[in-house]
Amino acid sequence: MDFQLLLAIFPQVLLDGIILGFMYALIALGYTMVYGVLEFINFAHSEIFIVGAFVGVELLLGLKAAGLLEAWPWPLILLGVLLAGMLASGALAVTIERVAYRPLRAAPRLIPLISAIGMSFFLQDVIRLFESLWRNAFNLVYPSMDPLNRRFELTETIDISMKSLVVIVAALLMLWALHMIVNRTKIGTAIRAVAEDQAAASLMGINVNRIISLTFLIGGAMGGAAGVLFGVQYSLINPYTGFIPGLKAFTAAVLGGIGNIPGAMLGGIVLGLLEAFAASYMSLLTGGAFGAEYKDIFAFSVLILILIFRPKGLLGEVVRERA
Amino acid sequence: MIHSAAAVTFVALSGAGVALFPRSILVFLVFQSSLVFVYLARIPSWLRFGLLAAALGVMMPAIGTYNGYYLEVATQVGIFVALALGLNIVVGLAGLLDLGYVAFFAVGAYSWAIFGSPHGNILFDTTIFPLPSWWFYPFLVIGLLVAAATGVVLGLPVLRLRGDYLAIVTLGFGEVIRVLANNLDKPINVTNGPKGITPIARPPLPPEVSHAVGFYFLVLLIVLVVILVNRRLEDSHIGRAWEAIREDQLAAQAMGVPLVRAKLLAFACGASFAGVMGVVFASKQVFINPESFTFLESIGVLAMVILGGMGSIPGAIIGATVVTVLNLQVLKGLSLWLNELKNAGVTVLGYNLANLPTQLEPAKYERMIFGIILVLMMIFRPQGIFPARRRQRELGK
Repeated sequence: MDFQLLLAIFPQVLLDGIILGFMYALIALGYTMVYGVLEFINFAHSEIFIVGAFVGVELLLGLKAAGLLEAWPWPLILLGVLLAGMLASGALAVTIERVAYRPLRAAPRLIPLISAIGMSFFLQDVIRLFESLWRNAFNLVYPSMDPLNRRFELTETIDISMKSLVVIVAALLMLWALHMIVNRTKIGTAIRAVAEDQAAASLMGINVNRIISLTFLIGGAMGGAAGVLFGVQYSLINPYTGFIPGLKAFTAAVLGGIGNIPGAMLGGIVLGLLEAFAASYMSLLTGGAFGAEYKDIFAFSVLILILIFRPKGLLGEVVRERA
Repeated sequence: MIHSAAAVTFVALSGAGVALFPRSILVFLVFQSSLVFVYLARIPSWLRFGLLAAALGVMMPAIGTYNGYYLEVATQVGIFVALALGLNIVVGLAGLLDLGYVAFFAVGAYSWAIFGSPHGNILFDTTIFPLPSWWFYPFLVIGLLVAAATGVVLGLPVLRLRGDYLAIVTLGFGEVIRVLANNLDKPINVTNGPKGITPIARPPLPPEVSHAVGFYFLVLLIVLVVILVNRRLEDSHIGRAWEAIREDQLAAQAMGVPLVRAKLLAFACGASFAGVMGVVFASKQVFINPESFTFLESIGVLAMVILGGMGSIPGAIIGATVVTVLNLQVLKGLSLWLNELKNAGVTVLGYNLANLPTQLEPAKYERMIFGIILVLMMIFRPQGIFPARRRQRELGK
């Protein structure tokens, strides 16, 4: 085993893991907020996330076609695209809730889950249909922006690109904003009250339906932001790209303790790091027998183990089964 | 009396129609719906069974000589009926949402693929593979046992989980099996990775029977056995225990239902049907690779069960038929039709269809079909098209 190599790539792997982790954290928030309020896995969240990425790529390609991608300052473009992605995904999440989940709120808990799975599949092909009609292609590539590809050398072996910095800063800002909304505003208090006890919250004069819509809006917007950042960071997207990151983000939410917002952030970072290290070190440690292609298995194994041995997650409280 | 006459004429006419227009998908769909009519019509049961036996045992193979593709469709339908019936036990009767069901299908398929093809030589470093083709029949049982054992192994740790967590874990398990199948070509070459395994031996048949007809009857036979087993299970004490668990786990436990054993049994039973059909599938396709065992397949089978009605045997059969026919015939037919219109340069409302994007292929939109089925059924008819009898009684209809 090459110890030197293991050590040399360590910081780079750490960095990759952190970026991936922030991405998971942003997506995981959507799962965990909805679960906190409704005790329901919003399976379609992975598509809400990828819709953000598609809105982003469409806008950027449009700007590029108009020749404005180089002309306008890049932070402004990025901010605009991010906001548009958040808006689209948030609106989509609210619509899905209204159409496919609200009519089923009183049903046994597997019923809305099946509806959510159906919604997820339906949306994948709707995106595909739309892009096929609009562009005659549904595998899209984010147009490259030169300032974003600039790399800063930290040491001889480690460097960080501008876009990775942007991803980290944007994610941190968003997590901070969410934290403030949930903990320091009246709306946040209302969300927490509904999560605690719907009936009591409604007796206190909280419009439960509106708060649930709002939860979907915020969670969806976070997912949309993650989608745009995902596209900026990894470039290639298609309608089915969202599924696996979505599943992993759900894993992150469970890992941190589902329904728990700081938990989702922690779970995202931990899972991102675990995955990055597994992907880079697995083949080194096993002499090439098992490679990076097992990183998906790794994440799912984490999910299965957590659910079996510590279903409340790292930070979560025990969730009781609703009769 | 009127019903009887109508049923006989319907089947005879539509059968003759298929013989006259062997290329028309619509006529074949009419033939299929005639079978549903026979099933639902108020006719004496000897006539019903006689008509169904004649249609499936004689007319269908005869249709196959006009248009071989229809026999292929019928065989596929049969395979999915067995899968849907298997999943129906887990989801419909025991109320455990299994999103990785296709994993058991894969386990069955690979168990015969490895031993029934030269690939086994690489794995065990011998020259005795493929096994003689008659081994296919014992392997039906071996595939069943392997899949059932996999079901128990998966079930043991996860059955304590709550419903929605169980769903996600089974999903993860299904993905794990697929990723394993995709990557286990090293360090030991078990599955040959994405390249898949081929050629897989086919069962020996009398020389005058073609493989298509042989597989059709084999699948038909297995489906009949599966239906029979399902009906017996449904009314047995195990079946009642499953339904009790589905309705109220705590109450069932209080009444003395051994929860873990009953749930494990549900997993094993459901898995075993998939295992058997996996063996048949591997042999019928001659070639398998991990692409055939994706999450999409699991959801497809789930959509069949939901569409027909959870816990209902006729529901699972009809659901499997409708969804498979939608995928194999209606979507593909739509694709072909659209292509013909495009090539002919037809204009609709002043829009030349030749300008339609080339990426637009209706045949590829099976996810949309599954998605629409799942959402609409959950919202408007969660009990399915043909609700289970016991559930019907509960609802006081």
